Amino acid sequence: MLVHSRRARWAVWTVFFALFLPLFALPLLVIVAASFATGWSGVLPSGATLAHYQDLARGDSLDALITSLLTALAASVLALVAGTWAALAAERLPRRVRRIVDGLFLLPVAVPSVAVGLSLLVAFSQPPVLLNGTRQIVIVAHTVLVTAFAHQSVSAALARLDPAYEQSAAGLGARPGYVLRRVKLPLLLPSLTAAAGLCFALSMGELSATMMIYPPDWMPLPVQIFATTDRGALFAGAALAVVLMAATLLVLLAVSRIRTRASYR
Amino acid sequence: MASAAPAARRAHTLWALPPVAALALVFLYPLALVVWQSFTSEDGGHSTAPYAAVLAQASFRDALANTVLIAVGATAGALVLGCALALVIAFVPFPGGRALGRFIDVFLAFPSFLITLALLFLYGTVGIANGLWTQATGAASGPFDFLHTPWGVLLAEVTYFTPFVMRPLLAAFAQVETGQLEAASSLGARPRQVVRKVILPEALPSLAAGGALVLVMCLNEFGIVLFTGAKDVVTLPVLVYTKAILDGDYTGACVVAVVNIALSVALYALYRCVAARTAAGGVRSARA
Repeated sequence: MLVHSRRARWAVWTVFFALFLPLFALPLLVIVAASFATGWSGVLPSGATLAHYQDLARGDSLDALITSLLTALAASVLALVAGTWAALAAERLPRRVRRIVDGLFLLPVAVPSVAVGLSLLVAFSQPPVLLNGTRQIVIVAHTVLVTAFAHQSVSAALARLDPAYEQSAAGLGARPGYVLRRVKLPLLLPSLTAAAGLCFALSMGELSATMMIYPPDWMPLPVQIFATTDRGALFAGAALAVVLMAATLLVLLAVSRIRTRASYR
Repeated sequence: MASAAPAARRAHTLWALPPVAALALVFLYPLALVVWQSFTSEDGGHSTAPYAAVLAQASFRDALANTVLIAVGATAGALVLGCALALVIAFVPFPGGRALGRFIDVFLAFPSFLITLALLFLYGTVGIANGLWTQATGAASGPFDFLHTPWGVLLAEVTYFTPFVMRPLLAAFAQVETGQLEAASSLGARPRQVVRKVILPEALPSLAAGGALVLVMCLNEFGIVLFTGAKDVVTLPVLVYTKAILDGDYTGACVVAVVNIALSVALYALYRCVAARTAAGGVRSARA
């Protein structure tokens, strides 16, 4: 407790909420409120309606949601496999090589997502691999962008892992594959599920690289939100944004439930 | 046993190959092609001519200046605000503070452009702030019209990136021993002194790391600027998009992308060095 007098404490809290609520809580609330409105020219939105949500169920927004969910699912699974594999393999390498491998897998965090999109566009519009205009290129882009986060959290978890488990299993004669499957991966499960949730959420909201490469028949939700607000339909865009937030939250919630169950086992 | 070691090492290297090869195919090879393309002039020859052409454009220089200024401003804002808010959550605790921490985690999972969208309803030509003004004064339109200027981008980036500063700071603040604070206070240090002399030195590595990360993310931010929809706020990532998708000028886009990548990766490398040194050498090296 840093501030001891009661009055000073209340003053600090007042300033805190005067900053925190308008900056962080209000934006999310405003989007939710706008998604149920037809106009907003006063303090409060006007014309309460469910029309935006009813339109969503009919139009191509549902396709966009499914596209986003499928892309995020594919990208998270691929990123988790690649990131975990790389983290596990890098652990056995000599220190210097290991630092290079770790650095390479972290690099996509630093490279602008727009540049990642551009690079895929440049590379896969020419032989030997032609992916431009396909769904796969979107999934590849998302995988590249989220693998860094999967690799980072699995590496961190590996560094915290007590080597005694692995050593005693190996000392009892378990082969490396068995140790990995029955000892290491179960111990890593909580971090793996956390990484999966993070990858999924990031992929659901990815806009920058996607804007560069999406084909007309594979338009994820963020691109749809941009297209909607760009033509001036702000309130329909808000409804789409609420759908995006709700879907992301639901998946994060489901993942965190798996996670608590995994850590109790 | 001596002969088994090299064989084991070979096996370990072999196991590391598939993920590295995959990364090379979908990330390193495309990046190399971007660099190659940026040196390819229209007649198919290879020279630095595309760079000379792009660097001479006023639009590029404006975008570079915009990007750096907005990124530095947003990082400074996020650092100050994040530091202040995290200090209150950690050291002037109130009921519900933990729920607030969870709220921040959720905030981090949302895409950045949602903030710009929300600001349109808050400070846009229609929206709360201007609505308040017109209702109170009876004027035809409100005074808030900054969303399409760099200030709108700045506000959105400060809002979005402050939680990225707060999270590592909250973790660092949790490590500060309350005994130290009590000792300092009972020796007569005022809260301001305790913060400056005891808490901040302890949290400086996290503050530096968080700030560097946010600076890189601000340099690379695209969604916030795109949603702002302002013609006169162009940053490097937006210029890459405009050149490649709207103008079809791939070489020009590659040049801008290479500049953007160089800037961000250099900063990120610096951040990794600082982070590694502070992890090894304690607090003092963070200041270097």
